[in-house]
Amino acid sequence: MTTGRFGPFGGQYIPETLMNEIHRLEKAYNHYKHDPAFQMELQDLLDNYANRPSLLYYAEKMTKDLGGAKIYLKREDLNHTGAHKINNALGQCLLAKKMGKTRVIAETGAGQHGVATATAAAFMGLECEVFMGEEDTIRQALNVYRMELLGAKVHPVKSGTRVLKDAVNEAMREWVSRVDDTHYVIGSTMGPHPFPMMVRDFQSVISREARQQILEKEGKLPNAVIACVGGGSNAMGMFYNFINDKDVKLIGCEAAGKGIDTKLHAATISKGTVGIFHGMKSIFCQNDQGQIDEVYSISAGLDYPGIGPEHAYLYKSGRAQYVPVKDDEAVAAFEYLAKTEGIICAIESAHAVYEAMQLAPKMGKDESMIVCLSGRGDKDVAAIARYKGRDLHE
Amino acid sequence: MSKIGNAFKNGKAFIGFLTGGDPSIEKSYEYIMTMVKAGADLVEIGIPFSDPIAEGVVIQEANIRALSVNTRLEDVFRLVEMVRKESDVPLVFLTYVNPIYNYGKDAFFAKCQEIGLDGVIIPDMPFEERQECAQEAKAHGIDIISMIAPTSKDRIKEIAQVGEGFLYIVSSLGVTGTRSKITTNLKEIIDTVKEVTDVPCAVGFGINTPEQAEKIAHDADGVIVGSAIVKIIAKYGAKAAPHIEAYVKSMKEATMRGNK
Repeated sequence: MTTGRFGPFGGQYIPETLMNEIHRLEKAYNHYKHDPAFQMELQDLLDNYANRPSLLYYAEKMTKDLGGAKIYLKREDLNHTGAHKINNALGQCLLAKKMGKTRVIAETGAGQHGVATATAAAFMGLECEVFMGEEDTIRQALNVYRMELLGAKVHPVKSGTRVLKDAVNEAMREWVSRVDDTHYVIGSTMGPHPFPMMVRDFQSVISREARQQILEKEGKLPNAVIACVGGGSNAMGMFYNFINDKDVKLIGCEAAGKGIDTKLHAATISKGTVGIFHGMKSIFCQNDQGQIDEVYSISAGLDYPGIGPEHAYLYKSGRAQYVPVKDDEAVAAFEYLAKTEGIICAIESAHAVYEAMQLAPKMGKDESMIVCLSGRGDKDVAAIARYKGRDLHE
Repeated sequence: MSKIGNAFKNGKAFIGFLTGGDPSIEKSYEYIMTMVKAGADLVEIGIPFSDPIAEGVVIQEANIRALSVNTRLEDVFRLVEMVRKESDVPLVFLTYVNPIYNYGKDAFFAKCQEIGLDGVIIPDMPFEERQECAQEAKAHGIDIISMIAPTSKDRIKEIAQVGEGFLYIVSSLGVTGTRSKITTNLKEIIDTVKEVTDVPCAVGFGINTPEQAEKIAHDADGVIVGSAIVKIIAKYGAKAAPHIEAYVKSMKEATMRGNK
């Protein structure tokens, strides 16, 4: 078995054509991970281009209204491009440049990772092509144009169900076709090793900052840390530096769509089984034949039938727990946060906010929690309006 | 040793592919028998999968067609049994690793042995992950056909050393599908393989014309054709048999010319 395993999960289940490149990437990443010059350059980009560190915001009104634990929001929505995705995109594009690549490709669901990659590529002078399910190019038309403004070429993916899973398939097919000058910037803690580890490392800046910030504000660690999970990049980033703090509860919120007892959900941990797909052994929504399910969520960013292998491991080992949150619950949290705190968050992040709203009142006033606000909600406003029956189009 | 060696006994081998259940199991059976009659030395049967990441559009669509008529693993096993009753032609599955894992690895290979299958090609199980299935396959006498790509370079020998059945040499970068030109130096790859093993080398991906087949057969022990056959099935549906027969005949003849 390969290295890069989290317990039994992970691995490198990809076509032979990519294996030498994956080894090259693994070697390059292990080198630059410990290279102070690379780390300084990346930190400089994060601080002076992406607007880090992001705020750890005390949501006082929400805390008082719910009447329990103190709620802190880790404001990844305030990053340049409006989501945590930029942390990883800058890291991987910088690495691609060091490896001598001139072109990057990426998959995207909601478009946030596509926009982040297009941004980093524009900034660093890399050619960029983004694969996006045709269905998602319609749902998120504004982000398509945004990527084009940034100089990227967007390929609407017409295969399969035309959503995120299919965009990953097509990006992998493209990478197999042109691997010499091209790096595939995978957007989540998924895919073959070293991607799950590398993306987690680039996103772990979230909890590195948050841990220090909460200690400054509270003088002690939080009781719980909450994040939404699709592939799982903002959650891994939010969990990572708390994993060894055994008293800190780690809670991932997955998309339950119309409910986990219906077919319309993307709740991998709640409903999935162990399998091997997209380069990794992990947990997937699949049928009794091992065919990967079509999944559903109001949030294009959580609309993925699998979960990163490190999450599968955190779940199986009992270190983290995962709860399903439905569309209507996420929408209610989205509206609540807007009205209570004046923050319009991404519908993905609203899944985590909902769980915080359930949990906080059950906790003591001397306790605290951090919710990862992975992105801002501008991209979702029109879709939420339509969900609420308002005929609004961008 | 499995029956796969037989495919390479009488000169250069022609290997044909179709997706099981496209457009139906009964038609797949008919088309496999047609290929055998037309001279195919080995037949590769694709197990339909929802997300075939190594396939180009032609075989992706064949997967969708097969799944849309609810083709299940049991049906593809039945297909092999039907062919086995009539023919000793070596048969291999092309399958992604998840359907095997989901079925249960040992149960899967036990079933393969029971129905008389000879080998499996698993495009998303590279050398490093062989252990995922190697023991179970070996216990039931099923060969794992390894793939070697134009990018394999210093990996060629380590892959070849564990080769069994035949080695699947990927002709070009990218996914399956017909190509007008193949520019990889295949002879160099095959020569490297031959330094460490006698396991036959068959070349696939992109081959569709008799000229290509003849040229490749000069250096390789066999020629694999998938998308070109699947295209015929897509075009003629349930009436593809005479077209498959004519095509496979011409390709087999071209492959044999490579003997010289």
